[in-house]
Amino acid sequence: MNTTATGGISVQQVTKTFQLKGDDFVALDRVSLDIADNEFVTVVGPSGCGKSTLMNVLAGLEAPTSGRALVAGDDVSGPGPDRGVIFQQYALFPWLTVRKNVEFGLKVAGLGRAERRERAERFIRLVGLEQFADALPKTLSGGMKQRCAIARAYAVDPSILLMDEPFGALDALTRVKLQEQLLDTWSREKRTVLFITHDVDEAVFLAGRVVVMAARPGRIYDVIDVDLPYPRTEEVRLSPEFGDLRNRVWHSVYHQTPSEGRS
Amino acid sequence: MKTSTTGRARNGPDTDADDAPTAAADSPAAAPASRRRPPKRLILPALNAASIVAGISIWWILALNGFQFPTPPEVVATATELWRDGTLQEDILASLGRVLAGFLLGSAAAIPIGFLMGWYTVGRGLFEPWIQFFRTIPPLALLPLVLVLMGIGETPKIFVIFLAAFLACVISTYQGVVGVDKTLINAARVLGARDGMIFVRVVVPASTPFILVGMRVGLGSAWATLVAAELLAAQAGLGYRMQQAQYYYDIATIFVGIVAIGVLGLLMDRLLLLAESKLTGWQERR
Repeated sequence: MNTTATGGISVQQVTKTFQLKGDDFVALDRVSLDIADNEFVTVVGPSGCGKSTLMNVLAGLEAPTSGRALVAGDDVSGPGPDRGVIFQQYALFPWLTVRKNVEFGLKVAGLGRAERRERAERFIRLVGLEQFADALPKTLSGGMKQRCAIARAYAVDPSILLMDEPFGALDALTRVKLQEQLLDTWSREKRTVLFITHDVDEAVFLAGRVVVMAARPGRIYDVIDVDLPYPRTEEVRLSPEFGDLRNRVWHSVYHQTPSEGRS
Repeated sequence: MKTSTTGRARNGPDTDADDAPTAAADSPAAAPASRRRPPKRLILPALNAASIVAGISIWWILALNGFQFPTPPEVVATATELWRDGTLQEDILASLGRVLAGFLLGSAAAIPIGFLMGWYTVGRGLFEPWIQFFRTIPPLALLPLVLVLMGIGETPKIFVIFLAAFLACVISTYQGVVGVDKTLINAARVLGARDGMIFVRVVVPASTPFILVGMRVGLGSAWATLVAAELLAAQAGLGYRMQQAQYYYDIATIFVGIVAIGVLGLLMDRLLLLAESKLTGWQERR
């Protein structure tokens, strides 16, 4: 788990406090976590456990109060295209077509028109939206929007994907389908993934490792290795091994012992 | 402002359809709902037309029954007469010129200042007190002062119209910029965009709907201010013509002025509405 030198993530003793009505709210309390290059890690926990804060710190959208967050061995200072972020609310630019959304980061990076188009095309195909390349987001279903957002994040070629409950707003059937598609995309285009969710099944199905967090203060409660083979098929999802792991994570999330010393 | 007739039908596929085949299979399911709705699209214009006819009829009946109104044909005759001798065109051009000049200048000043206020704390801090202060004063209340300072030429009239259009548009633009979805800004940021890029590629397009609403409101107050300004000080224009007609008890000419102002205002509003649907058709309607 010594990963600081590669394209992995290293979170070292990160604390983040917010001022809430004069009180200090500890969103993250000395959180440490190492994620290897191309590892798929899910983070699950009750609301208020700081899982989104952890993601924002790694994305560079929030600075830690203390501690260090390293990506590929470098301290995170502000957002950057080396870390792709996928938001729960899709965050597609509604005035741009699917293609233009996917091209956005490439345009920012100053790529020429032909190259932009070619790269965008490739990732639109990767998520299976080629028929909708010229459609506006408002005409897409929630699942399609999120696939577009995944293509947009991939297009700038980040070494890390940070996903903040990306399927949280979707119905159960679409969610299962997108989980499988995401793993398919990931197996073809390997990246280090930190995937935040509140869905225990989702956490186990996707991950090589599940990080369970606890609230008040936000901290890592448990880390559970998922020794299930990829590709994760329906067979895997319905296997007793999956069930056992799911139960373990479930207990870890829903039957947490309160933290020592703090309320 | 927004018609909700198709909103629900369009949301249908969103909820359950994910990939292409499902979405395609879902749209026929949504179609019957919209097929049941078209009558509404026919009923509304029919009701509009009926209402207009009824209104004109009531006007006509009242005119024939002792009210001191001219009848509709008399108003049409007066309009034709004014058109033949060129007075109507002259008045329309004079009024339209003032409104357009004031409105365009007002919007042109409001949009950058609205952006400055929404984007920079310094801009907000410097402009906001003045805008909040002048917002409470009807621009016409400044007319006496403006007349004294600027004389009785075109400048004072255009200035008060400018002020009316500016105040309506600047508030709306400012609110548009402040209200830009933070997630979109973050999304641009994590894709590597810096402040300038975020402003041009995210903030400007995202606040376009607000700017256009502000321009429409601004146009409305520009018209309102125009007529009153012309009533007070002008040598031509629709307001001036109505004022003159009042002296001669020429109610038909007053009616022509009212109708001309209404029709012109409506036409300009429709033009902005058209621009709005072209520029902001990407919005999700609920």
